[in-house]
Amino acid sequence: MTWWWAILGAGIGCYLLKLAGLSLPARVLEHPLVEHVADLIPVALLAALVAVQVAADGTSLTIDARAAGLAAAVVALVLRAPFLVVVFVAAATAALLRLAFPGW
Amino acid sequence: MAGPGSPLDPAERRAIVRDSLGVGIATGLYGVSFGAVSVSAGLSVVQTCALSLMMFTGASQFAFVGVAATGGAPLSGALTALMLGTRNTLYGLKLAPMLEFRGWRRPTTAHLVIDESTAMSVTRDSGAAARVGFLTTGLSVFVLWNLFTLLGAVAGNAIGDPRTYGLDAAVGGAFLALLWPRLAVPRNRVIALCAAAVALGVVPITAAGVPVLVAGGVALLAGVLTPRANGTTEGQRR
Repeated sequence: MTWWWAILGAGIGCYLLKLAGLSLPARVLEHPLVEHVADLIPVALLAALVAVQVAADGTSLTIDARAAGLAAAVVALVLRAPFLVVVFVAAATAALLRLAFPGW
Repeated sequence: MAGPGSPLDPAERRAIVRDSLGVGIATGLYGVSFGAVSVSAGLSVVQTCALSLMMFTGASQFAFVGVAATGGAPLSGALTALMLGTRNTLYGLKLAPMLEFRGWRRPTTAHLVIDESTAMSVTRDSGAAARVGFLTTGLSVFVLWNLFTLLGAVAGNAIGDPRTYGLDAAVGGAFLALLWPRLAVPRNRVIALCAAAVALGVVPITAAGVPVLVAGGVALLAGVLTPRANGTTEGQRR
């Protein structure tokens, strides 16, 4: 049941965050500190998510097929591939490597 | 659709609708991978669909199920999702003066404030055009994202180990694709590297889900302590 509470709480919270943006006076964004932190947070969170998603295995760090998938995604992004292609390339690279080297 | 007395040229409206539907379809299809990843993380099909319906913001949803997949606490999942959700507050602040939704329209359209609907409306040169881009993109993503979440969740239960299909690598790729445009700013590259290093550094000593929150906290601290981006010193702006 706890996962249900987390889903309900975070779901309602995310909606309220959206509503707050449409309802707050625009000058809130003009505060330099808000503007500054607002730029940094998504960058930091997404970078941390990439790192953890690719290299963490429980509480240890490993390099496996996921790292190769990420490297392929970087190549796709440099070549300006659209979002879905990037995601597909990452998955396909990891899947093919695991097919070739089971257990990787 | 675009409010009373819309002066929008029909050809321009058609072009905006066409582009918005394209973005909506591409994004909505991606709901398949969310559905599959979510059930493989251990959430039920109903919980997976509830996330897409209620949370409805992709990065937060992936982060949430990412915590579940690695055995983290529900609270860590919720907090990570909320921190990523703050992005939508900033989108809303930028969108509000363009969309000019009042009364009941504001709470009903607020749910559609996401990356894609913002991208397809903030660049327009009139309020009417912004509203068409926002509503067409937001509604098409909402309908398709939820439909394909259900499909992915049901299929995900049937396909077995998602690692065989590289779905775990797909999530890392998705986050990187979301991050990529922001890395054009040199300062953001430094922040991204620091955040990734901090997160990996605390992986061995904290529970799943916590490293990302720690990295977010570090960014918050860095934002408060470091000088503003070049040229915009505090107190000198207007």
